Amino acid sequence: MQAEPTILEMRSITKEFPGVKALSNVSLTVSAGEIHSICGENGAGKSTLMKVLSGVYPFGTYDGTIVYQGEEVRFRDIRSSEAAGIVIIHQELALIPELSITENIFLGNEPRRGGVINWVEAKSRAIELLARVGLSDDPDTQIKNIGVGKQQLVEIAKALNKSVKLLILDEPTAALNSSDSQHLLDLILGLKGKGISSIMISHKLNEIEQISDSITILRDGKTIETLDVKSDGVDEDRIIRGMVGRNLESRFPDRTPNIGEIFFEVRNWTVQHPQVPERMVVKDSSFVVRRGEIVGFAGLMGAGRTELAMSIFGRSYGNFISGEVYKDGKEIKLRSVSEAIDNGLAYVSEDRKALGLNLLDLIKSSIVSSKLSKISRWDVVNDAKEFAIAEQYRKDLRIKTPSVERGVSTLSGGNQQKVVLAKWMFTDPDLLILDEPTRGIDVGAKYEIYGIIQRLAAEGKGVIVISSELPELLGISDRIYTIFEGAITSNIPAAEADPETVMKNMTSTKKKVAQR
Amino acid sequence: MSAVPEEKKKSGWYRDLGKMFGAGQSSGRQLGILGALVVIIIFFQIATGGLTLDPTNLINLVNQNAYVLILAIGMVMVIIAGHIDLSVGSIAAFVGIMVATSMASWHFPPAVAILLGLALGAVIGAWQGMWVAYVGVPAFIVTLAGMLIFRGANQFFGNSTTVVVPQSFTFIGGGFIRDFGPNTNYSNGTLLLGLIVAIVIIVQEWRSRRTQTTMGSQKAPLWVSIVKLAILEALVVYATLLFAGGRLGTSFPISGIILGILVLAYSFVTRRTTFGRHIYAVGGNWRAAELSGVKIRRINFFVMMNMSILASVAGMIGVARAGASGPGDGVGWELDAIAAVFIGGAAVAGGIGTIVGSIVGGLVIAVLNNGLQLLGVTIDRVQIIKGLVLLIAVGIDVYSKKQGRPSLIGLMTRNRRASEAAAGLEAPAVEPAENSAEASSRPKSTTPN
Repeated sequence: MQAEPTILEMRSITKEFPGVKALSNVSLTVSAGEIHSICGENGAGKSTLMKVLSGVYPFGTYDGTIVYQGEEVRFRDIRSSEAAGIVIIHQELALIPELSITENIFLGNEPRRGGVINWVEAKSRAIELLARVGLSDDPDTQIKNIGVGKQQLVEIAKALNKSVKLLILDEPTAALNSSDSQHLLDLILGLKGKGISSIMISHKLNEIEQISDSITILRDGKTIETLDVKSDGVDEDRIIRGMVGRNLESRFPDRTPNIGEIFFEVRNWTVQHPQVPERMVVKDSSFVVRRGEIVGFAGLMGAGRTELAMSIFGRSYGNFISGEVYKDGKEIKLRSVSEAIDNGLAYVSEDRKALGLNLLDLIKSSIVSSKLSKISRWDVVNDAKEFAIAEQYRKDLRIKTPSVERGVSTLSGGNQQKVVLAKWMFTDPDLLILDEPTRGIDVGAKYEIYGIIQRLAAEGKGVIVISSELPELLGISDRIYTIFEGAITSNIPAAEADPETVMKNMTSTKKKVAQR
Repeated sequence: MSAVPEEKKKSGWYRDLGKMFGAGQSSGRQLGILGALVVIIIFFQIATGGLTLDPTNLINLVNQNAYVLILAIGMVMVIIAGHIDLSVGSIAAFVGIMVATSMASWHFPPAVAILLGLALGAVIGAWQGMWVAYVGVPAFIVTLAGMLIFRGANQFFGNSTTVVVPQSFTFIGGGFIRDFGPNTNYSNGTLLLGLIVAIVIIVQEWRSRRTQTTMGSQKAPLWVSIVKLAILEALVVYATLLFAGGRLGTSFPISGIILGILVLAYSFVTRRTTFGRHIYAVGGNWRAAELSGVKIRRINFFVMMNMSILASVAGMIGVARAGASGPGDGVGWELDAIAAVFIGGAAVAGGIGTIVGSIVGGLVIAVLNNGLQLLGVTIDRVQIIKGLVLLIAVGIDVYSKKQGRPSLIGLMTRNRRASEAAAGLEAPAVEPAENSAEASSRPKSTTPN
């Protein structure tokens, strides 16, 4: 590769928080017109580094120098870094759902004439910017009415409006399905062609491998190495090795499945959209789960996987239309979450922070919160039992915390997920439905979560795993159902499952499906 | 920081001191507000030349504020669950007039009238709870409506006049423990009460240490317990002698005893029972609570209903103290109760707060009110000062949470790290945004359908 001029150089950046050195002597060099990825486990310091760069942590709160376009810069806040052409797009989108696309793009940056917003100009510029990111939506559409994929593109359009030279994307595809992801990646490549450099943070290593020119790997707040994708022959295993500092022999623990009888069965499950009555989110779906079996549910985002799971789990989603649930040969009614729990079901939500945990709560109280009756007499909670149980799960699942009497918000994502798993294991379920159990979790913690899932199956429980990550499903499942547009389209045993077959069934309807 | 994000190690004694007043995330805040209360009391004691901690004044203080503190008990539960109740003053007034009328016009005996009052509170509470929990109208609206409805009802049924209650009824609002036994120059009833409290405190501490041992949880060193007990027992002895040493025939007021019993009972309910846990769960994240099997409608219903029952208790005590019920009863009580709860460290967005904290918050207002009046400050200026105190107390709380430090104490100890803070807004490793409910970005619709 030709020696491109350097657009950004961060030299020996050190950032300390009280008691923690988040970054120690980190250096990062980005060439003009390249896509530079930053990899590292959760807590490695990726986001902190980007916050230093974008001025969230202003000059003076860190040590080291930032050289941007040949000059040393000292950003005071996000505004000053944006003025220089550095725009950061956060994992949680900063769009206002009730405002239109135009209003969002120009928020805080409205084209004005004499103090009055010129909406005509704003709108025509919005159309132009949308075209650049490949969107043809009406700029008057409210943000809440477009999908996450398009929202991400609107964010980029917003950045383009600020004449961005260096775009920072923090987990841009985390919430996107594969076709939206691909579109976004293509767009980033297109921007590169127009001279806009990008820094990308992502857990999706295949995407990093696909579009990056170079990769910097961080571990424990230190720069481990910078790889040149083309000349160093980088592949996913190479990146993982850098991230975890060892060779991960396998990304999934070894396991010999011990599969028993069918014990859980759903027949002809149909669910209506909660607001749009004519839309069936789940259509006539039937499936079975055996004891000790890990069943994967594959489908694109919006295919109805979560809706299927949540509607079975005590009708937590949509309007129930028809269908039966059988457990151990007997029909069971699951009209509320507590009935579902009493019947041995557990559902671990895909959205840990919004639906899975009360972040104000303590670790020990969270763990027992779904089945307080188990440690209560006359509705009075036994504190000693609560503590003992929480301690047991802490050791058992290796939840990294000095004490279970701390708040769950002090834990990292992977450890929060372990708390959620503990919370549902405590209810003694027969069937666990895990919705995206490893989303936003680093490689090491993923491996541990897989181990827990396999252990639950080995105990004779049925486990349903819903995931957007195909390699994960293929790696862990004994059997995979594919879902497309609310209907189950195929039932593939692990032996026959390969990425192509599963993907094909995830994206097309099929007439007849053998259920067992 | 790949492992656990570590907090800065607080020096051991400070940590242990925090444990004196209960573990948990809010201990630092409670400690701060308790410190503020002590400072205010000492200030007024000096400024008024000893009038503040005079037996007669203290008895007055309890009598004047018992009903607002009783409202604060219910209010903190409502606020923890993520709601608000603006109707409590009107409900207290409505129940008051009905109870007074029942005795004056229908000749109900006081005991029956009290039962009528409680039943009325329960019915009104069920009515408001239904709208909040099952119809899904925000509590702000439901109770704003209730504020108008029950104020109007008070004046409609009372013909906007004052109804006098019989002497026997005033016992619950202005009565004292009856004296007995030998003449000791002190009220023997109060002495006995003090003795009971002193013993209960020791037993409680001993029991909590014992459970901590069986749990194997981290427990504070023995000296902390001893110092804590010494301080508490000294306070109890001092307060007992004060209350017992008043004018002949006075002692610790009955309304104070009712308040004390309610504080103990509701502290137990919120801290130890599944219902209490569920209130915090609903306020902290109702969607997660729902998916954990919590029947959130039922929780919301009972929290609102309970508030109205406590409002009826407060209303009856208020009437008993005044000796009559009138159209202007309970005006502004809801605001005093809400202020007490927020000064006591509850979060506007719900999920955080304690009964004891709210009582301390209420006492801050009460002592302030009382002290300023003793100093001859007129009511207009007292109002201004109360407003500022509310604003500053919550302001300090919000500010220090942004800094990731505990409340007032955090502010006092910040000199050491002043240079860091001066450099700008720093984010501690333990993302405080998630801890601070004000800054919470979680979906916030507290009345789901």
